[in-house]
Amino acid sequence: MIQIKITTSEITMLEDLNNLVIRSQADRVLTLTLNRPHALNALNTALLMELAGLLRSADKDDTVGAVVITGNQKAFAAGADVKEMASMNATDLHRDPRVQAWADIGRFKKPVIAAVNGFCLGGGCELAMCADYIIAGHQASFGQPEVKLGIMPGAGGTQRLIRLVGPAKARQMMLTGATINAKQALSAGLIAEVTAAEIVLEKAQAQAKQIAHYAPIAVAAIKDCYNQALDLELQQGLAYERRSYCVVSSSEDRNEGIDAFLNKRHPVYKNR
Amino acid sequence: MEQSIILDINKGVAQITLNRPQSLNSFNTEMQESLLSALKTITRDDSVRCVLITGNGRGFCAGQDLSDRQQDDSSGPPDLGDTLEKYYNKVIRGIQTMDMPVVCAVNGVAAGAGANIALACDIVIAAESASFIQAFCRLGLVPDAGGTWMLPRLVGMAKAKALSMLGDKVSATDAERMGMIYAVKPDDEFLHHTQELARHLATQPTYGLGLIKRALNESLDNDLDTQLDVERDYQRLAARSEDYKIGVNAFLNKTKPVFKGR
Repeated sequence: MIQIKITTSEITMLEDLNNLVIRSQADRVLTLTLNRPHALNALNTALLMELAGLLRSADKDDTVGAVVITGNQKAFAAGADVKEMASMNATDLHRDPRVQAWADIGRFKKPVIAAVNGFCLGGGCELAMCADYIIAGHQASFGQPEVKLGIMPGAGGTQRLIRLVGPAKARQMMLTGATINAKQALSAGLIAEVTAAEIVLEKAQAQAKQIAHYAPIAVAAIKDCYNQALDLELQQGLAYERRSYCVVSSSEDRNEGIDAFLNKRHPVYKNR
Repeated sequence: MEQSIILDINKGVAQITLNRPQSLNSFNTEMQESLLSALKTITRDDSVRCVLITGNGRGFCAGQDLSDRQQDDSSGPPDLGDTLEKYYNKVIRGIQTMDMPVVCAVNGVAAGAGANIALACDIVIAAESASFIQAFCRLGLVPDAGGTWMLPRLVGMAKAKALSMLGDKVSATDAERMGMIYAVKPDDEFLHHTQELARHLATQPTYGLGLIKRALNESLDNDLDTQLDVERDYQRLAARSEDYKIGVNAFLNKTKPVFKGR
């Protein structure tokens, strides 16, 4: 393997030239790669704003059916940018633009798969939990270690982790700051699948492609409904599902899907 | 001072020699730290395609150096869990997750953690005069360095329990017979043989060998269905390697393949 030595100033230049999030699209799947490799993809304000912006436009872009968010082999994202955080005072935090960025990321309407290798900690874990599900490599590690720095999860960690892994494990993870490996994350329910590191991204992309070729109206309604499931009481949730079901059933794509199934052909959806 | 761990990287083989022969290569803190740093060096060196671990002198490794463990009543019991977390567990995880074959040449007695470090390696070859002892029970301790996990998987639960509770000395020949290790070689040919084996492995398609190791290790806690998925994924990866292309071409052209390990 060729080793390329890059000085810090050159890295800063590269970072200015390149985007903090690299965008690539194929087969209705938009892949967003977090790109601050020398900082283990620490999520600074600029990166979060860029990511949120890309998701906002992807929401409006009919050629995007699903999104994959990924990092590199070493880190999905090792956390927030601690150096940047250290420089912020209470007023800065009050008008912190990251709040809106996180809200936009969390409210994204299309399916998102997080393809995780390496560190997925703090803000990185919170970002991965914003995805609909996570596929991780064997050597990935997950955790909310904020408590070790005298702070706390601030981008949904206390709310989302507890919904995914249940109170016992979530409390232990957040109070001790301990990290768990991919296998433990799988059995805790934090992630959907563990696989070889080299194959994580393409698995996520293949599944995203599969999802992106289903009827967008049905997919969006399913995502919307299961998101409600965590907030609504069962009877309300069932009523919500019923209403969504009727809406989906009135779509053209519903007729197309059923007709294609009955006639053993591939459906052609029109997002109508 | 003599180095307690000798690391020699040559022609794709990284040979680690445990080198405290005066105390049967037993571990003190310094040697534990040196072994960990040797493993780290190896994982960062892309030229390394096979690891060979052996011991200098008449023993392979007698485990923890107990003179480091003198009981002093005033200071309360020592935290052995801490030593495991800091050193031995990292060594075992390191050996198991290294994406290349790790050969262990057990040149003499392998006792306690010394035995279990050997058993954590991928291919274990012992000299005829070598032996394996799960000595922990004699001191009221539990087999560590992966012993309780590895032993039942290698020799079955019945033997694992008896060996762990009796602390029997198992000869190299018996160890081979019960499936604990791969092979036994006469003392005089032993070192030459294991070094040749390591050199051979280092010329092989080692990326593929790394995938074999991962698949087999994963199989230990997978059901068949999951494992078939693992094989599908790893075969997909293996077929993308340069070495696969090199191997197929060499086979079709009836030439000798020169693999690159990627």
